[in-house]
Amino acid sequence: MLLITCPNCGSRDETEFHYGGQAHVAYPENPNELNDREWAEFLFYRENTKGTFAERWVHSTGCRQWFNMLRDTVTYDIQAVYPMGTPRPAAAVPPAAESGTASTAADSTTTGTAAPDAASSGTASTTAPEGATK
Amino acid sequence: MSTQQLPEHPDFLWRNPEPKSSYDAVIVGGGGHGLATAYFLAKNHGMTNIAVLEKGWLAGGNMARNTTIIRSNYLWDESAAIYEHALKLWEILPEELEYDFLFSQRGVMNLAHTLGDVRESIRRVGANKLNGVDAEWLEPDQVKELCPILNISDNIRYPVMGATYQPRAGIAKHDHVAWAFARKCDELGVDIIQNCEVTGFLKDGNRVVGVKTNRGTINTEKVGLCAAGHSSVLAEMAGFRLPIQSHPLQALVSELHEPVHPTVVMSNHVHVYVSQAHKGELVMGAGVDSYNGYGQRGSFHVIENQMAAAVELFPIFARAHVLRTWGGIVDTTLDASPIVGTTPVDNMFVNCGWGTGGFKGTPAAGLTFAHTIATGAPHKLNKPFALERFETGALIDEHGAAAVAH
Ligand SMILES: Cc1cc2nc3c(=O)[nH]c(=O)nc-3n(C[C@H](O)[C@H](O)[C@H](O)COP(=O)(O)OP(=O)(O)OC[C@H]3O[C@@H](n4cnc5c(N)ncnc54)[C@H](O)[C@@H]3O)c2cc1C
Ligand SMILES: [Zn+2]
Repeated sequence: MLLITCPNCGSRDETEFHYGGQAHVAYPENPNELNDREWAEFLFYRENTKGTFAERWVHSTGCRQWFNMLRDTVTYDIQAVYPMGTPRPAAAVPPAAESGTASTAADSTTTGTAAPDAASSGTASTTAPEGATK
Repeated sequence: MSTQQLPEHPDFLWRNPEPKSSYDAVIVGGGGHGLATAYFLAKNHGMTNIAVLEKGWLAGGNMARNTTIIRSNYLWDESAAIYEHALKLWEILPEELEYDFLFSQRGVMNLAHTLGDVRESIRRVGANKLNGVDAEWLEPDQVKELCPILNISDNIRYPVMGATYQPRAGIAKHDHVAWAFARKCDELGVDIIQNCEVTGFLKDGNRVVGVKTNRGTINTEKVGLCAAGHSSVLAEMAGFRLPIQSHPLQALVSELHEPVHPTVVMSNHVHVYVSQAHKGELVMGAGVDSYNGYGQRGSFHVIENQMAAAVELFPIFARAHVLRTWGGIVDTTLDASPIVGTTPVDNMFVNCGWGTGGFKGTPAAGLTFAHTIATGAPHKLNKPFALERFETGALIDEHGAAAVAH
């Protein structure tokens, strides 16, 4: 369970909120001019970042206001909470090491919260490693 | 019914070779889909100079984390075709792979709890029959007869108003399935390379010509991505995007019990599905966590909801204890259907988006994806699942049949 700090109500359980997916996705300025590929991008393609991700949440059982959040999608650490309509802030904390595959195998460990694997892969999630564009 | 002894573990499964400097094809991801793809590439297309690269250990991803439900009762023709083909392959694979992975066709029930559920379910039974998929509609008393421990009283929050039933559906031992494919791959000459993480791709213009790994660079003519929850990460390395969101999906087991649960019961509406494994554990899964996540763990309240639903439907479970819980990372698409086919990068192919329900599809994914990699062209069963559908709008909306369920 995440503990999320609503900008209006303070720290509350995740169950009071609803998830809104990637933040900062603007409605197309000239919808009539989009081709099929661009519509597909707008409707179906979202970032699926491994690491720090800017996303929207709504405090549905509290103040019912939307806000943005920076969260690490591997450690689930919340790095920043900021208002809708403002630009993405620089991450407060550096992205943590990834947990890799060596966490909980169904048949080998006892809980779902095993410590992240210390062996970080070194693969940055938001930038393609060199070689990708060669 | 009694609990079943697992077969003796084979003495030898596969070699652990060093990666060669080049292969005719490289499969990224040593889960069920990667292994099945490699098997069919070798067996059906004679491509034996190939490797499966796995960043962790074989089947350490979703393959050995799923709740092993196998069924084919999907709504649309395209899905029924590929999942039913998979089910037919499951029926012959233990013999073909010479490995008894305990495929148990004990049937799967999908409960209906609302009038909407009932209508949708009856419609799906009709669609299944037209597609040659075995499907029946059960009234509540028939549900009770098949699964006596289910509570069909009117006195619960979401009473059971009936169920669809697919008798040929069932469960299998997922880790043994992976080992069965891996052993055959190895026999056919395929290199299975564990602890080998792909960290980038080598391209010549728009054509992929190699992969970079933590164990060196490997040249290859073709690349097949079978990375499930990490598909977007790999696509990004290769320079293209996928319409995928990765979410944590959790499951759990109880301690061992006497056999009490003869079939598989799933409920989309109250978000739980339950079977009893061969050894006697109750195996239960729930829905995905709402947020994007790569952490292979989810929130506790998801498990809490799932348990509440399970106890209401199966009052006898009230005193069972949870033995362990775990999570995997599932690659979800907006139409709850997989993505299989070519990519914007030449000679690179992708098989992903199986999300919460790709274990059942493993053999057909492997068979058809191998065809696509070998020939560069779609197989008739995977053609509708190409990436282009998000542009043409020819989506295959399986939320009714797939959604939370598997
Ligand atoms: C809790 C849970 C329950 C489920 N229940 C069911 C069910 O009942 N029925 C059903 O049909 N389906 C179910 N599924 C879904 C099913 O498990 C998946 O759809 C299926 O396993 C995906 O294919 P796979 O086996 O190849 O994936 P995986 O086993 O996840 O294989 C992908 C592999 O790619 C590797 N990889 C990733 N990145 C790299 C890299 N850079 N380099 C090298 N290797 C890499 C990973 O380590 C992983 O081993 C469930 C999933 C979960 C998590
Ligand atoms: Zn609030």
